[in-house]
Amino acid sequence: MAELHVELVAADRKVWSGEASLVVARTSSGDIGVMPGHQPLLGVLESGPVTIRTTGESGDGTVVAAVHGGFISFADNQLSLLAEIAELTDEIDVQRAERALERAKSQADAYAEKRADVRLRAVTAVR
Amino acid sequence: MGAQLRVYKRRIKSVTATKKITRAMEMIAASRIVKAQRRVAASEPYATELTRAVTAVAQGSGVQHWLTTEVERPTRAAVLLITSDRGLAGGYNSNAIKAADQLTNRLIGEGKEVVNYIVGSKGVAYYRFRERAVKQSWTGFTDEPSYADAKAVAAPLIEAIKADTGAKDGVDELHIVYTEFVSMMTQTPVDNRMLPLTFTKTAAESAEVIEGAIKRGGPEILPLYDFEPSAEDVLDALLPRYVESRIYNALLQAAASKHAATRRAMKSATDNAEDLIKSLTRLANAARQADITQEISEIVGGASALADANAGSDR
Repeated sequence: MAELHVELVAADRKVWSGEASLVVARTSSGDIGVMPGHQPLLGVLESGPVTIRTTGESGDGTVVAAVHGGFISFADNQLSLLAEIAELTDEIDVQRAERALERAKSQADAYAEKRADVRLRAVTAVR
Repeated sequence: MGAQLRVYKRRIKSVTATKKITRAMEMIAASRIVKAQRRVAASEPYATELTRAVTAVAQGSGVQHWLTTEVERPTRAAVLLITSDRGLAGGYNSNAIKAADQLTNRLIGEGKEVVNYIVGSKGVAYYRFRERAVKQSWTGFTDEPSYADAKAVAAPLIEAIKADTGAKDGVDELHIVYTEFVSMMTQTPVDNRMLPLTFTKTAAESAEVIEGAIKRGGPEILPLYDFEPSAEDVLDALLPRYVESRIYNALLQAAASKHAATRRAMKSATDNAEDLIKSLTRLANAARQADITQEISEIVGGASALADANAGSDR
């Protein structure tokens, strides 16, 4: 089966890389699914979960990451997801994100609220 | 113990204590270089991918953008100087400041007004002492800059370049002066014009220009991208991130260079202390020998005087 190579990088580290058969991400004009052989693409990502269907060496499964803004670029079967902050769901501390969400709500901090919300949505997406 | 000898002993003790401190600082700096280098390496994938994307849009779309268009007659340039918060790093800070001074003179020679932005309290102190205007400064994170710090630095700079030149805070160009980490032994202060980006016609040339610090294999021909939502919007979102990532990279390299400079300075301080201890020990030995010689000659002199006196009374 055809596969594409995915690099998920945050500003200060490489978060995940491997082979995948499908990547679903949310751009500013809607959700987009990228499969092997897609046309070269460069898009702006919205904050939200990114779903990666892994195959090949990475094993069949699903990797979900919370991405806070960033870009998606695809060319030559190479897909790069660039984000200032990106976390895999298993790195997210649910309780902490919930606490952060409460705190952000009580302090009316829209930015922090969105951040915590994205994390929680990513965790629920994987379940 | 003679007075002279005591003075030498005291100095040897104090130099030994200093040596212990400088040696410890050398070790700390050495371990921090490795950490800083690792951070530079960790930030590389992001920077590389971003550069690729910027190159792709700028070439593939032919879009004009305020971050890439060259002003016809630039009148004002922003200079971002990156220094450290602490000294004890040999010529590190003064070299960076010197590079910034040269750049400033060159820009003034070209008829541009220079607006200073400074990172690190050493640079701030230098400018304040000379009563030069500093538009904005940041301190407190130069040893371990985070991406959030880079964002904080980049935000007002992007604002300034966005604003019209006619406006009070607007600038036409953005230069950055930092110390490039070449190797453990070599760090060179460099000045780069970050904005407006220079895109030359061919893919190879423009890739080279933008690459700058981020080295990659040979030039490549980029595919024609489909932009989502549109080329302008992508560029709008992409370029500020690109500036941030370049500043982040500069901050990380400067931090690594600073630790390397500290290590070198502390190594030579330790070596100097060793030399000093050696020569002081020689002097102390000579002083002790002189004391002993004097004591012996006193004893001998006293004994012979006593013997002379006894011989006189016996008679």
